[in-house]
Amino acid sequence: MITLARWAVLIALLGVWELAAAVGLIDAFVFSSPSRIFVALKDLTASGELFLHAGVTLAETLIGFIISTAIGTALALLLWWNGRVKQIAEPYLVVLNSLPKIALGPVIIIWFGSGMRAIVVMTVLIGVVVSLMTMLSGFEQTDKGKLLLMRSLGASRMNVLLKLVIPSSLPTFVNMLKINVGLSWIGSIMGEYLVSRAGIGYLIVYGGQVFKMDLVFASTLVLCLLATGMYALVSLLERIVRRH
Amino acid sequence: MKNLLTIENAGHVYHTPSGETQAVKGLSFSVGEGEFVAVIGPSGCGKTTVLSLIAGLMRPTSGRVTVCGKDAYGGGYRLGYMLQRDELFPWRTTYRNVLLPLELKRHKSHKNKAYALELLKKYGLEDFKKSYPDELSGGMRQRVALIRTLASKPQLLLLDEPFSALDYQTRLLVTGDVCSIIRREKKTAILVTHDISEAVSVADRIIVLTKRPAALKSDYSLGFDPDLSPLSRRERPEFGRWFELLWRELNDENG
Repeated sequence: MITLARWAVLIALLGVWELAAAVGLIDAFVFSSPSRIFVALKDLTASGELFLHAGVTLAETLIGFIISTAIGTALALLLWWNGRVKQIAEPYLVVLNSLPKIALGPVIIIWFGSGMRAIVVMTVLIGVVVSLMTMLSGFEQTDKGKLLLMRSLGASRMNVLLKLVIPSSLPTFVNMLKINVGLSWIGSIMGEYLVSRAGIGYLIVYGGQVFKMDLVFASTLVLCLLATGMYALVSLLERIVRRH
Repeated sequence: MKNLLTIENAGHVYHTPSGETQAVKGLSFSVGEGEFVAVIGPSGCGKTTVLSLIAGLMRPTSGRVTVCGKDAYGGGYRLGYMLQRDELFPWRTTYRNVLLPLELKRHKSHKNKAYALELLKKYGLEDFKKSYPDELSGGMRQRVALIRTLASKPQLLLLDEPFSALDYQTRLLVTGDVCSIIRREKKTAILVTHDISEAVSVADRIIVLTKRPAALKSDYSLGFDPDLSPLSRRERPEFGRWFELLWRELNDENG
């Protein structure tokens, strides 16, 4: 029933959009229309451009996602392990967390060039602080009673980490992955807006500049599909984890 | 009877930015091997501190706490600590939960594993050894927690209100269950509780603490037949008398 209603909403929206464009209620040149988007998609696929650009963006996003997850988690472990280091790092984290990373765009371009590397760096920057903070608070929320139990059993800090803190933070880790998927897409698209010669973000900016709204919408649609797909993969992982 | 635990004139002071708090002062008592002692006291009397001192998690700021002649602080003996909740790890099966203490102490020999299995079998949990904690009832979980505690053959069992998270009905059943296991395994146990009737129904001896700073107020040997279950103790005439006496002691204003 719900599924049916969801499809009905989509079809109704597309129908109204298409109709409005057809009867001239809206200017199809500015607002595009589902059929024009479909044609644009077909052209993109036929010329092979779609796979090139989607591939570039997907690669940037995945690499950024993996690197920021790895670095964020590793740093969170370090800060959990060493309270002194955590205290020293705290103000820096607060500043880094509130800083809009996009402001570092020019610096990144000058340091890392105008290619894929700069975009991956941007993606990592956007994801890493949030990953770190999420994981650290996850580690620190380890059940007090279980920590006391481990202490009463004479467990070493390494054992507390391996046998209690890490396994009990697994749900937090999956949540962090979910957040980081979204952030990685923001990072790669933002990066491509700033500087790029290929990618979905590049297509969107290019389409906007030459006023090809069909291209802009088609690219956005591809982006939606890719992002949803990646999120679905993480959700699948979550289901596996929840089953112990 | 040999003394297993000896507390001699122990004191503990907490240092906080706003000053010092004396939680325990001049506390002395001892527990013999095989004894089941309940420690009760008015709320906020420093029971947790006393427990931590016995468990060796904190060093007394004065006096001594020794188990088998060695300082309790710093893991000098095999301790079995049962907390208010069962604290089973939800990602481990019953069997792997029970093995946790052995794993931590690298005592996972075949002999020790066999002993853990034997305990599970003896106390009716063998069929659930591959179950996860969320598949067990509250009472069963508490029993698993006890077996986890026993699997490392502790010299002393510390029970910190281990049944307080259970509903009353389950609590009575589990108390009986756990006590009979402790008695059958001939363990020395110290139960800390604020529940007078629980203390009277399970212990051989009851130690009453004063208000903060905690010190020894009185020490009673109950003299029940040790084979009497906690539930049948509750039906004895002495039960009511002990309850009343202890209730008065706890609520004594001169503390």
